[in-house]
Amino acid sequence: MYSIHERDPGTPIRISTKRVSLTIDGVTVNVPEGTSVMRAATQAGVNVPKLCATDSLEAFGSCRLCLVQIEGRRGFPASCTTLVEPGMKVTTQSPKLATLRRGVMELYISDHPLDCLTCPANGNCELQEMAGVVGLREVRYGYAGENHLEAPKDESNPYFSFDATKCIVCSRCVRACEEVQGTFALTVLGRGFDSKISPGGTDFLSSECVSCGACVQACPTSTLMEKSIEERGQPDHVVATTCAYCGVGCSFRAEMKGNEVVRMVPDKQGGANHGHSCVKGRFAWGYATHPDRITTPMIRARITDPWREVSWEEAFAYTASELRRIQGTYGAASIGAITSSRCTNEETYLVQKLVRAVFGNNNVDTCARVCHSPTGYGLKTTLGESAGTQDFDSVEHADVIVVIGANPTDAHPVFASRMKKRLREGAGLVVIDPRQTDLVRQPHVEAAYHLQLVPGTNVAVINALAHVIVTEGMLREEYIRARCDLVEYEKWKAFIALPENSPEALEATTGVPAAQIRGAARLYGQAKNGAIYYGLGVTEHSQGSTMVMGIANLAMATGNIGRPGVGVNPLRGQNNVQGSCDMGSFPHELPGYRHVSDPAVRALFGAAWGVEIQPEPGLRIPNMFDAALDGSFKGLYVQGEDIAQSDPDTHHVLRALSSMECVIVQDLFLVETAKYAHVFFPGATFLEKDGTFTNAERRINRVRKVMPPRAGLADWEITVRLGQAMGVDMPYAHPSEIMDEIAALTPTFHGVSYDKLERLGSIQWPCNDAAPEGTPVMHAEQFVRGKGRFVITRYVPTTERTNRDYPLILTTGRILSQYNVGAQTRRTANVTWHPEDVLEIHPHDAEFRGVADGDLVAVTSRAGETVLRAEITERVQPGVVYTTFHHPESGANVVTTENSDWATNCPEYKVTAVQVRRTTERSVWQREFDATAHAQADLLPGGPRPSGEAAE
Amino acid sequence: MNLEKLTKMANEIAAFFDADPDRAAALDGFAGHLRRFWEPRMRKELVALVDGGGGGDLLPLVRQAFVERRAQILP
Repeated sequence: MYSIHERDPGTPIRISTKRVSLTIDGVTVNVPEGTSVMRAATQAGVNVPKLCATDSLEAFGSCRLCLVQIEGRRGFPASCTTLVEPGMKVTTQSPKLATLRRGVMELYISDHPLDCLTCPANGNCELQEMAGVVGLREVRYGYAGENHLEAPKDESNPYFSFDATKCIVCSRCVRACEEVQGTFALTVLGRGFDSKISPGGTDFLSSECVSCGACVQACPTSTLMEKSIEERGQPDHVVATTCAYCGVGCSFRAEMKGNEVVRMVPDKQGGANHGHSCVKGRFAWGYATHPDRITTPMIRARITDPWREVSWEEAFAYTASELRRIQGTYGAASIGAITSSRCTNEETYLVQKLVRAVFGNNNVDTCARVCHSPTGYGLKTTLGESAGTQDFDSVEHADVIVVIGANPTDAHPVFASRMKKRLREGAGLVVIDPRQTDLVRQPHVEAAYHLQLVPGTNVAVINALAHVIVTEGMLREEYIRARCDLVEYEKWKAFIALPENSPEALEATTGVPAAQIRGAARLYGQAKNGAIYYGLGVTEHSQGSTMVMGIANLAMATGNIGRPGVGVNPLRGQNNVQGSCDMGSFPHELPGYRHVSDPAVRALFGAAWGVEIQPEPGLRIPNMFDAALDGSFKGLYVQGEDIAQSDPDTHHVLRALSSMECVIVQDLFLVETAKYAHVFFPGATFLEKDGTFTNAERRINRVRKVMPPRAGLADWEITVRLGQAMGVDMPYAHPSEIMDEIAALTPTFHGVSYDKLERLGSIQWPCNDAAPEGTPVMHAEQFVRGKGRFVITRYVPTTERTNRDYPLILTTGRILSQYNVGAQTRRTANVTWHPEDVLEIHPHDAEFRGVADGDLVAVTSRAGETVLRAEITERVQPGVVYTTFHHPESGANVVTTENSDWATNCPEYKVTAVQVRRTTERSVWQREFDATAHAQADLLPGGPRPSGEAAE
Repeated sequence: MNLEKLTKMANEIAAFFDADPDRAAALDGFAGHLRRFWEPRMRKELVALVDGGGGGDLLPLVRQAFVERRAQILP
């Protein structure tokens, strides 16, 4: 069901420069060519009755309720499938039409339960509303005839039910699954009276349904209904906000009853998602009220001491005194902070301000260190700006799409649906990935080329692709000569043309047949619009930054930057990775990616903050760990980040944390890092605060408070109060004032304000005098750095090599239902789909080791060992195993190493040499993990929390 | 700081810039990278290692930069 109080003109909007004038019920309207009569009628203030039509789906014309009369035409055409024509005269109301519509409704209602008063859709049901609209007063056929009122109800999905007794078989759900989501999980079984909606002949949970919610949203009755509505009733008000999961940044309407969320419905006005959602944003918000939430500040002197609940005042005073004590003993540079990509722009801005203006150093970093820091480095170096070049809508204009090291159907599902739609329309697809991701082959989508490379050979592949472009005459010389640095270009061209970069020479290295590389290069190189989308499979390598620059080289060489349909598009992992980087979270950059060594920039911020900014870069996260172990780094403020689970080489991370004297964790739950903390500040969920997130397309979206913070303070207020306790006032009454300060100090944000966000809905930076409403596509006339810079990208093999002891390569990734370290999604019913992390292993490797599907296997690397359950699958190639890191006890990062990207220290999560063997027991580390978890739970006030249950 | 790790990191940075056929540009690139991205104590400790006769595992570009671009590298 659509969100409450939302208009539905019935058919999708049409964009056309040609306009058509017609008359509807005597009112003249002027609409774009291609518009339906139904949609045009809404412009005349007329809502034509409808059931099978909704504006997110193409017209279907099955319900026969939207019939109209058109002068000069015979019969009663359906207004949803009839397009406007010049001079058309339409009548939507007449005695004959009223009779026809009542007749249709009589048939529907004769086979529908008359339980409106106890129906969960009561008050927000299109069938009920249409019965009223057409004036239904009787059902002449009675209710005793053959019907579907005994059909079983499917309750298998944890978030919604399917009550077939209420189904009118309008096919809106089936069409939503096809057109909007692109999964094709639903169908209509049978014909005529026997027709019924089915998720492929099984129940919803066992089907291919991905629980995106599109079908539930499309259903005009309570057939597909959120269980939260069944339990709590219809909402009474709505607050527009932004999802706090992945980097797509979907806009949502939080439907509320008082301070209680009743459901989250994707917002049609959302610039990133246009009314679509995934299982996480749509349904997995119950963690906000989970009993595991910690809502009182806590402190302790040692990590083996029981936690002591204290007032906010005492918590701030204690923390401030500890941080000052440490600085007094070990020096100003002995403390630092980590900002969160899950927090708002305003909050990350404040944390880096706290570090620079209050701590007096540049020891601030962010979790982008471990995901997209190579994107920042690579795109800044080549193009001049540390951000993706396009908006999401751009994909609609792409002719060839290259997806590298990304699994958008799992990690960025709402954008993946947009991409799949374009692919179904005929765009070519190249997938470069060691695994056979869903995108490689699924209903109505198939990659022309799947370059299934050996993990760690990305740069060799991109060089080989570029070699083909250069040597087969596919360079866009005119574009390059107009827009790029020609000295660097000539150096690159000479390098890339070397025989050692040919697909044939690199075939043994990459494992990709040369003919496939050549075919893929030709497909991309000859496309009118070629677009590259990439993810952490590009960045999380020892040559992550080199690969990002290799991608930029390829796009510049083929003229594929600066207009819709092309570009270099990093798919960001977390909701505000882009924003946290924009806000100066890196130890070498102030907000707006300006280096701390620039005296003018330091002077600007110094004057605004009344301090002197340090001119040298601070410590990155891995450097902080090393400095902690050598005794020179003793205090760390971690806002909304779980480094003990998410960062590589867990043993090393835990040793570093254990060696510090004051670790402050600000989070929702007792996350893994909190077990090594001395101070716990209870944080707020995205539902409990105001602010903004910036998504992967640089779109700044408003986050709006829908309920008060459970612990009393929003995260930005906690940072302000900590600064205050350390003697520095940061007097903001509302996050909008923080944004005003950001705008005053940051050229790319110069035109951003909350007022403008209210007016425009969202803004894509740069937003300034030159682009007052933002910039959907960057580098349009020229590159931000002036001339685009080609960079030589020599392939350097990783030092993480396989050998007899560690013959397999482990690579890691994500899954649709879980998010990052799982702290949120593990506390929802999403665990239904992914209760544990498993190890994917190829049948050949499994058989060689005597491993059967479901066996426990020990995964051992040079860094450590963990035990997972084996899943035998051909999604991985022989020699490669794969796992996810959503459950802390899985210990994926016990196995990963400290190897990292040469430029940014982004960990090489994607390549770890391992051995796999059958086992019957958990690893030593896992047993230690259990013991620590129990011990730390016992140290909580009142003992362990009632954990492990999903709240929603 | 862990000197073995700093050595590995410096060598990996050098391996990237070493691909530039222009040696002066490679040295500038390497030195500039350390200056822009390494916290001062990391630079000082690695340079001190070489000054003290160590750092035998460092690539030639690193050692050359520590001599010829010393002022650029150190705070």
